[in-house]
Amino acid sequence: METPVEMQFDDPAQQREASALGMWTFLASEVLFFGGVFTGYSIYRWKYPHAFAEASHHLYEWIGAVNTAILLTSSLFIALAVQALHTERPRRAWRLIIATLICGLAFLSLKAVEYWMDYQEGLVPGVRFDASKFTDPAPATLFFTFYFSMTGLHAAHVISGLLVLTVIGITLRRATDPGKYANSLENGALFWHLVDIIWIFLFPLLYLIGGPK
Amino acid sequence: MANIDGAPAVTDYLQTGWRARDWFLSTDHKRVAILYLLSITFFFFIGGLAATLIRVELLTPPSNLVSKDVFNRLFTMHGVIMVWFFLIPSIPTTIGNFVIPLMIGARDLAFPKLNLFSWYLFSAGGLFTLGAIILGGVDTGWTFYTPYSSFYAHSAVVLVILGIVVAGFGSILTGLNFIVTVHTMRAPGMGWFQLPLFIWSHYATSLILVLATPILAITLLLVGIERVWQYGIFEPSLGGDPLLFQHLFWFYSHPAVYIMVLPAMGVVSEIVPCFARKHIFGYHFIAFASLAIATYGFLVWGHHMFVSGQSPYASLIFSALSFLVAVPSAIKVFNWTATLHKGYIHLRTPMLYALGFIGLFVIGGLTGLFLASTALDVHVHDTYFVVSHFHYIMVGGAVMGYLGAIHFWWPKMSGRRYPEGWGIFAAILLFVGFNLTFFPQFLLGYGGMVRRIAEYAPGFQVLNVMSTAGASILGVGYVLPLAYLLWTLRRPPDAGPNPWFATGLEWQTSSPPPKHNFLAAPQVGEPYDYAEMPRDIPWS
Amino acid sequence: MNLPLAQFWSTGMPQRASEGAERVDALLLGLLGISAFFVLLILILIVRFVITYRAGSSADRANPVRKTWGWELTWIAIPSLLMVGMFVWAGMLYLHMQEPPADARTIYVVGKQWMWKVQHPEGPEEINELHVPAGEPVKLVLSSQDVIHSFFIPVFRIKQDVLPGRFTTLWFTATTPGVYPFYCAEYCGTEHSMMHGQLVVMTPGEYAAWLDAAVRDAEPVPGTPGSPAAPLALGQQGAFYRLGCVACHTRQSAVLAPRLDGIFGRPVRLANGQTVIADEDYIRESIMYPNAKISAGYPAPSLMPTYAGQVSPADLHDLVEFIKALRDGWPSEDPYTWRILTAPRP
Repeated sequence: METPVEMQFDDPAQQREASALGMWTFLASEVLFFGGVFTGYSIYRWKYPHAFAEASHHLYEWIGAVNTAILLTSSLFIALAVQALHTERPRRAWRLIIATLICGLAFLSLKAVEYWMDYQEGLVPGVRFDASKFTDPAPATLFFTFYFSMTGLHAAHVISGLLVLTVIGITLRRATDPGKYANSLENGALFWHLVDIIWIFLFPLLYLIGGPK
Repeated sequence: MANIDGAPAVTDYLQTGWRARDWFLSTDHKRVAILYLLSITFFFFIGGLAATLIRVELLTPPSNLVSKDVFNRLFTMHGVIMVWFFLIPSIPTTIGNFVIPLMIGARDLAFPKLNLFSWYLFSAGGLFTLGAIILGGVDTGWTFYTPYSSFYAHSAVVLVILGIVVAGFGSILTGLNFIVTVHTMRAPGMGWFQLPLFIWSHYATSLILVLATPILAITLLLVGIERVWQYGIFEPSLGGDPLLFQHLFWFYSHPAVYIMVLPAMGVVSEIVPCFARKHIFGYHFIAFASLAIATYGFLVWGHHMFVSGQSPYASLIFSALSFLVAVPSAIKVFNWTATLHKGYIHLRTPMLYALGFIGLFVIGGLTGLFLASTALDVHVHDTYFVVSHFHYIMVGGAVMGYLGAIHFWWPKMSGRRYPEGWGIFAAILLFVGFNLTFFPQFLLGYGGMVRRIAEYAPGFQVLNVMSTAGASILGVGYVLPLAYLLWTLRRPPDAGPNPWFATGLEWQTSSPPPKHNFLAAPQVGEPYDYAEMPRDIPWS
Repeated sequence: MNLPLAQFWSTGMPQRASEGAERVDALLLGLLGISAFFVLLILILIVRFVITYRAGSSADRANPVRKTWGWELTWIAIPSLLMVGMFVWAGMLYLHMQEPPADARTIYVVGKQWMWKVQHPEGPEEINELHVPAGEPVKLVLSSQDVIHSFFIPVFRIKQDVLPGRFTTLWFTATTPGVYPFYCAEYCGTEHSMMHGQLVVMTPGEYAAWLDAAVRDAEPVPGTPGSPAAPLALGQQGAFYRLGCVACHTRQSAVLAPRLDGIFGRPVRLANGQTVIADEDYIRESIMYPNAKISAGYPAPSLMPTYAGQVSPADLHDLVEFIKALRDGWPSEDPYTWRILTAPRP
């Protein structure tokens, strides 16, 4: 498979190596980015264990669980898409990318529904918050501040990931030699996997800390 | 101008197109470096203007030149602009962008388009910050301590935060670009230990850029969220903890100071062997010391918080680690000094700046030990002692390193030589002006003058006047290079490929280089092989 | 007032007035000595090398040093050992600074934008002034009502950040009577420069006399247990301002917080439209969980911090009794105790 080699690279192998290292380095920075807010959350969770557990019980676990399954499946789809492109089956790759995008949109839709329900319940600090639901409203407010910040940032990354995969997918679809874009798809898939992994940490930390209701 | 093998002149990178899009859409790392050079020079003078107003105000005890509120905005904007829009980008984005591909024999960085995008991010961040200045500036201090910055400040905090976060993202991408370039694009035969030490220090800097800056981004974003929606993330009355902000902020901002000084150390490692005509002493130790500084730099953030209310045992651990991080810096200083032994020393402008760096960095670094000493820090924390310490390193160190780099690589970047007499004069003026400005501040700090005050007790006036007098000399010293370097552009580019007879692959191509850097593949050898080079360097 | 720096020119060191300060200055001199040694070493070496080996000189440049290990280890080992020494010396002094003696006299200090309020346990208060006796350990218990401040006494070489929602402590034993400055060392807003005051160190005899006079001069709040002749002890009104309530629940204004005079036993309209009677349970709940019932016209979430975990049962009782005592309004006189504290916030 021939890849278009950019001017600064000597050969396709160098280009591949560079783009892979570049994506992994970027992922490292994203881990640190989310790491900051995870650290803040963990410290407050340690400080207010009961208030946080109580607040967590107000979240919709089932939506969180379904979303986890959706994201995990989407990661599977995109991994299969990469494999499809490597084994010269671009149409299959295209279908799998579509499947990933559908999962991503499903995730976002469920998230939107969940946010709406949180709003109805009065769980949005500063916007609509029913302090009377909680024994100790101040740490509960803190919990929901982190909940919306963390899931909001994550959702922004989901949207970015979907945009990136859409662009790559369309490029692939239109290309006469889709195999050229195996690298790009691999990097896009890496980013998607990161988005998935962040969610895998988010879900238990936010939704499951109180134990069963 | 002819190139190395005498063949007819080839268009250099400065001549390939002068339409707007040839500069603003160019992904040529050399042009991007020039774009950065222009931007950061602009911000340097804005930050310098703020500093001028501060020092003039501090000539007299009462706040009579500007109101206290304006003064608070001045020192905040001075800090924000100098840290994020001058120092952090300075050497990496101007010199690093220009020279790193040349030093490793590459045609460009790994991701040229990303490089241009980084400049646009930097500029966007800069525009937000300028917007904040137009709206009256910010009055929180560059450290944005909560709850003041989130609940009490009446100024354009969110706009500045956005500016810093966007510019910070640009710096992450620059670091990413450098890391990938150094790993994957070295010329054949150039292993890690054939790399110039400038590359080692920029690699270490890039590690910090990529790993620490995201923490700043999320921390400032949380402050912004807190401010806009009045959440209590760091506000105790709403369940939050202001110390959490400090931990998160300093976890980035301490490594950030190494972002500011490591590149300058890399510059010194290039200049000293060249102007001593000798192989650098302890190459491997200097290389590993750069990595050690970057690593240990992540472990010491709590030394900004000895009196913050954190546990005294945590303070002791941070103190011990802070002493440890001084060791690799000491290694470098001793190695540079040892390089001079039995050298053949030319006191040209770059060398003056490099030696100035060493001297002032030693003083600044040693005063860092005073601050790492817990019991002593209790007294001098938040006083002018700290202000002086960090200006010794940032200005006496990093800015001197930057100016040394500009002079050293000016012939390569512009094809012109600068007037050596003026260069020497400005360097000496800066050294004198700097010490007069900042040495009195150590005394002020130990004597009890706290920082960030517009009005002070009359007993502190004499030293303040001395400091302002020094600052006026500094101001002249900074304007001079701007003037004479611009003036050099009036002559044709006749510097020749290697006016310093320096080793390093960048000197094996024309000055200025052609668009793709090398017409013939450069020859890779051992670094700093000055035994093979002429001893004398022609005067300009 | 003697400024610490004024002494620089005569004695070489800024003025000091405590035992701790002497130890800190000794540490400084030790560090200065080590630093001066290294600065001079590097300076002299550089100057010597630059002169001896300048371009064109006939110095012997044969056989430059190639093997660097020995040198590297030397200049790693020696500085490292010195660092350990400095760390231990400073650390031990620092730990000593963290542990006030058990019998230290305690004085409360509250920082707020942009002033310092001092409360002596015997009753007297001071604004931007702190009277202390020499020769005995004094412990300051500090808190902030708003942003982070820092209490800095240069002549004692001590400072401590002052945080909202927390207490921090500082201690010293003053040695030399005199008047010295203290400052706010953590930037806290517009008037940060002005947030300084005077520390008045007195001999024990003078201090006792001052304290007596101060207690006598203070006027009690009518209708409360303190009588004109009795010391203004931290009675029921004490909890009200010691815990910072008075900062927002002022006597003049309802801008920051609902007025507390005249509410006890009467209906209160809440933000959610309900109406409740302000009985003892309501008062207690509002102190512990301010967000539980937010009054009409005030923001949600409430700006009032929760006092759960910060108010003792005794204080809670006092506060409730105090608010009951206000059912007929604030006392008509404006006594010394309330004058500054009830001023509207800037």
